Amino acid sequence: MLRYVLRRLLTAIPTLFVIVTMAFFLMRVAPGGPFNQERGLSPEIRANLEAQFGLNDPLWLQFVHYLGNLLRGNFGPSYNMPDFTVTELFAKGLPISVQLGASALILALLLGSVLGTIAALNQNKLGDYTVIALATAGSTIPTFVIAPVIQLLFGLTWRLLPIGGWGDGAFINKVGPVLTLALPQIAIVARLMRGSMIESLRSHHIRTARALGLSDWSVVVKHALRGAILPIVSFTGPAAAALLTGSVIVETIFSIPGVGRYFVDAALNRDYTLVMGTVVVIAIFTIVFNLIVDVMYAVVDPRVRYD
Amino acid sequence: MGIAEMAASETILSVKDLRVRFRTLDGAVEAVKGINIHVNAGETVAVVGESGSGKSQTMMAAMSLLASNGEATGSVDYRGRNLLTLSKSELNKVRGAKISMIFQEPMTSLDPLYSIGNQLIEPIRRHRGLNAAEAHEEALKLLRLVHIPDPERRMKSYPHEMSGGQRQRVMIAMALANDPDILIADEPTTALDVTIQAQILMLLAELQRKLGMAIVFITHDLGIVRRFADRVYVMRQGEVVEEGEAEAIFVNPQHAYTKMLLAAEPTGSKAPPPANAPVLLEGRNVEVTFKIGGGFLAGEPLMLRAVDHISIRLQRNQTIGIVGESGSGKSTLGRALLRLLPSDGLIRFGDRDISQADRQAMRPLRRQMQLVFQDPFGSLSPRMTVGQVITEGLLVHEPNLSGKQRDLRAVEALREVGLDPNARNRYPHEFSGGQRQRIAIARAMILKPKLVVLDEPTSALDRSVQKQIVELLRKLQADHELSYLFISHDLSVVRAMADYIIVMKQGKIVEEGPTEAIFSNPQHVYTQTLMAAAIDVTRFRLSA
Repeated sequence: MLRYVLRRLLTAIPTLFVIVTMAFFLMRVAPGGPFNQERGLSPEIRANLEAQFGLNDPLWLQFVHYLGNLLRGNFGPSYNMPDFTVTELFAKGLPISVQLGASALILALLLGSVLGTIAALNQNKLGDYTVIALATAGSTIPTFVIAPVIQLLFGLTWRLLPIGGWGDGAFINKVGPVLTLALPQIAIVARLMRGSMIESLRSHHIRTARALGLSDWSVVVKHALRGAILPIVSFTGPAAAALLTGSVIVETIFSIPGVGRYFVDAALNRDYTLVMGTVVVIAIFTIVFNLIVDVMYAVVDPRVRYD
Repeated sequence: MGIAEMAASETILSVKDLRVRFRTLDGAVEAVKGINIHVNAGETVAVVGESGSGKSQTMMAAMSLLASNGEATGSVDYRGRNLLTLSKSELNKVRGAKISMIFQEPMTSLDPLYSIGNQLIEPIRRHRGLNAAEAHEEALKLLRLVHIPDPERRMKSYPHEMSGGQRQRVMIAMALANDPDILIADEPTTALDVTIQAQILMLLAELQRKLGMAIVFITHDLGIVRRFADRVYVMRQGEVVEEGEAEAIFVNPQHAYTKMLLAAEPTGSKAPPPANAPVLLEGRNVEVTFKIGGGFLAGEPLMLRAVDHISIRLQRNQTIGIVGESGSGKSTLGRALLRLLPSDGLIRFGDRDISQADRQAMRPLRRQMQLVFQDPFGSLSPRMTVGQVITEGLLVHEPNLSGKQRDLRAVEALREVGLDPNARNRYPHEFSGGQRQRIAIARAMILKPKLVVLDEPTSALDRSVQKQIVELLRKLQADHELSYLFISHDLSVVRAMADYIIVMKQGKIVEEGPTEAIFSNPQHVYTQTLMAAAIDVTRFRLSA
């Protein structure tokens, strides 16, 4: 197993290299540059700025420099927020996004699994139809609709929650964004869980457990649920990578200083280093969570062996 | 009358006017239509029937294990209590304790995620309230009882680490954990190789002698009934058509259906082709090796030789039966000879060397070599009409045919396999297993092949249907001078089909020869074991 993890981490290096290379050159194919939009910037000052950041060097040389810095853990300065390095920006924003994303993910996994299980146990009955209806609503209503509705109802009408802001991480400030992030995920998990639980409940070993006179609790939770959880585990990998690296919509609507906004803002402003930083962070999250998922697979299912 | 005999005559389970209905989209389907069955203490009762007879559903209903759209009416009295009306918690004190059950599918009936020990201990603790250590001891005792070697180690094993036979032993151990009065065995050996079947049956007989529980055997296999049962119920389409002492039913069956079942064993034999018949297919030193694992940083791959130096010579109008248990490499050999798998060694088809032929080179030859599979449910595309299924090959091999000509060929092929030509406008799911196997055969025959590889073509079918398919295949062979490679684990079918037999074990030929020679005088120990397991009719147990 250890050997497997090591091998996966080693193969992550070429993967990351390919991602970084592609992102670097694709970014440069897009027209414009980081200092094109600034108004009243005289050509001399612009040339100066570009020279200072090495943007006049041949592209391959810039790439080599970037890689060299990256290997030393230096993501470079942000072009559009020159007071900060990319590393500093992530050090500030990432913990916030991770907190929100992780809370939303845990909520989605717990609530979604429970709802999905309830639906499966009441297949084609009222409980099932209710969960399906909720799940359909949850996965079709976009977050940019859910978020303002939460702000309107809980913030303005009932004054239970602040309308926005991070509030130095106060619990009450997190409720709105976490709910907004979690709702569509709850819907997805509930649907996945329902399907996989129905299948699990039909399997032969569940019939055996019933024939042995085991309690409903043992049949459902110990035997059926553990078998049904595998699709949820696979879902969790990409979902975690996506949720923990922030959401531009939720962070914008709730005015949260997370990293979700960086990607879009930086891409629009041609803030090359920040785009690259975001790409690297998302890639690492994706690789790490997919590895965790594969390891979890072996933990849940003894038939899965890596060597 | 001794005490034992008095106990033996006591009725402990009595099923009265049991009806089982399933609600389906097409309305209610009645699977069991008011049957009466009883089981006396310590006896062995067989419930016999073909698929769809309701034999399994009867016992599923008794155990409240029906699918969620099923409901049972009538009564199932166990020692004076009607199981159908017990509360769930009362019922769970009977299930797994007083009445327990083992199933057909040893590969899937154990929970793959928990160790054997964990699964054995759970029902023991639940029904007997023992602590973990005591239950562990009990579980070990049970594994010894069912002759699992090295039980301490096996407690920590997972189901996938055990063979089918061992898993069925574990199932039996779980079922016997709480000293039941009745063990219901639903086709417990059907999914197992013949030699393993015999071991499991002997184990059940031994355990019954030791522990004295009654056994209810649900089976389609009259061989098992004959060797095992004291009394028999014959079921057909949800009704009991005949019941009585086992001996009486075999010697003097009353109902036409029982007589038909008893006569359903495939009979006859095939004469070998003339010695100078041309050789159609020849393999010399054929080898198939599979690579398992390996790759970047993963170490050396494991090489598995599935077919090991096999030579075979198939003449026109000959049937070679390839016999062996699961994992013996018999199917792999069939595929390699058709060049569906890469292999080493020489393969000749007619006068062509096809040892190295690639897909392109094989394509024109494919119409002459066809394949029929075991599973008539999985091997026909559910989204194509039967007509489309059977004429698909013509599109490749006779692209010049017009739609009308193809249709005529389809009619001809369906007639040839004994189906109504109107079948071509319907879909595979509308047909029974036997009919689907006829469709699969029509799909092969429409191309007018010279060689047909039949990979367990009758194994998924009821005995009476098997016999019809065997007769159809023999007729087609006679009409078209076909050569068959007949791959099967079922010796009685092979005996009726093949004029030459190859016995395979672990990728090697252990014995080969003309059919009658192999059956009358098997040389190799393995062949003898196979024969004994399949054909022996000595009773395991005589009535008490």
